[in-house]
Amino acid sequence: MKALVIDDSRTMRRIVSSVLRGLGYEVIEAGDGQEALDALQASDGVVLCCIDWNMPVMDGLTFVTKVRERAEWRDITLMMVTTEGEHGQIVRALAAGAHEYLIKPFTPDALRDKLELLGLLPVQEVR
Amino acid sequence: MTLTSESFSFVADLVRRRSAISLAPGKEYLVESRLLPLARRTGKSVDQYIADLRRRTDIDEQELVVEAMTTNETSWFRDMQPFTALTNHIVPSLLEGRVLPTLRIWSAACSTGQEPYSIALTLDECLPPSVRAEITATDLSSEVLEKARSGCYTQLEVNRGLPAKHLVQHFTRAGAQWEISKELRSRVRFVKHNLLDAPPTGGPFDIVFLRNVLIYFELPVKQDILRRLRSVVRPGGYLVLGAAETTVGVDDTWQRIQVDRSSIYRLGTGRDS
Repeated sequence: MKALVIDDSRTMRRIVSSVLRGLGYEVIEAGDGQEALDALQASDGVVLCCIDWNMPVMDGLTFVTKVRERAEWRDITLMMVTTEGEHGQIVRALAAGAHEYLIKPFTPDALRDKLELLGLLPVQEVR
Repeated sequence: MTLTSESFSFVADLVRRRSAISLAPGKEYLVESRLLPLARRTGKSVDQYIADLRRRTDIDEQELVVEAMTTNETSWFRDMQPFTALTNHIVPSLLEGRVLPTLRIWSAACSTGQEPYSIALTLDECLPPSVRAEITATDLSSEVLEKARSGCYTQLEVNRGLPAKHLVQHFTRAGAQWEISKELRSRVRFVKHNLLDAPPTGGPFDIVFLRNVLIYFELPVKQDILRRLRSVVRPGGYLVLGAAETTVGVDDTWQRIQVDRSSIYRLGTGRDS
């Protein structure tokens, strides 16, 4: 299973990617929404995007909207992973088409829990 | 700083007498990590704190130790499978060909409330409007029950397995915490209860969640708990255990049913068993 981790902080990308790799994912990374759209174009088989909200060039919410406009990306699961934790922001992200929302800071277990919820834990990881 | 064997034995013995939970040698780390916050309050090391506790009989302080040792980590929709089984198998099977105005559920050893509230949220989506759910949630610890009743959870706690759609629908932000709606809170009745005592009121139950509890007990205690459970579960009612637990070889009046990758247990109806 392949995941795309989108965050302008290299440290945060490394943290999220390492948890995902530990769970059995192949991971590619992007530093903003535009880079992420380019990465999706260039790479087949992405099933999950973990998306920061505030990024230069193109923010996470715009990225979600753009992905949702494309029929061929309909099956990709979109999860916001962001410090933005206000009630209204979560509502906006879900309305735009995000499937899940994880608020920073989070523990590796919290990311794992969300993937379990989404049915996106690689099979060998399910207890 | 390590725990002396006298300190460990004292705590293990205290916990066993009060809760019947056995702490095998080798669990010293667990005692240290769980009792550290209590010891810090008094400005002592864990070992000194236990030594003090041994010298004087302070029932309240002993109770805090038992609570700290028996309180378990919990998350929303923990392990997911039991909640899927509730929707796809348990509820349809209980309602099949029957008029059931009320479904009674017992969430035993509910800790800080994530399990009973997750049950309430699941039933919201799968029960027909004509059926009411009554959820009784119990725990040994007054401290966790108080938190469960308050319905207030930290950011880290709501991050653990709570679907975002439920978060925005049923919670409001209260400073650094998230507070569950009054409506959802009113659907769970929290009661202090020791699994070794007579079952709580609110039964007979159609479904009992008793997850990640039996693993702490030795065989005769497991049998005793399951026997008490039987007396408050309706014939044909269901028992949901933790992933590493089973009734097989412990109490064979329960029938094991495989649902997807997990097991649930059903009490014989008297007709088909």
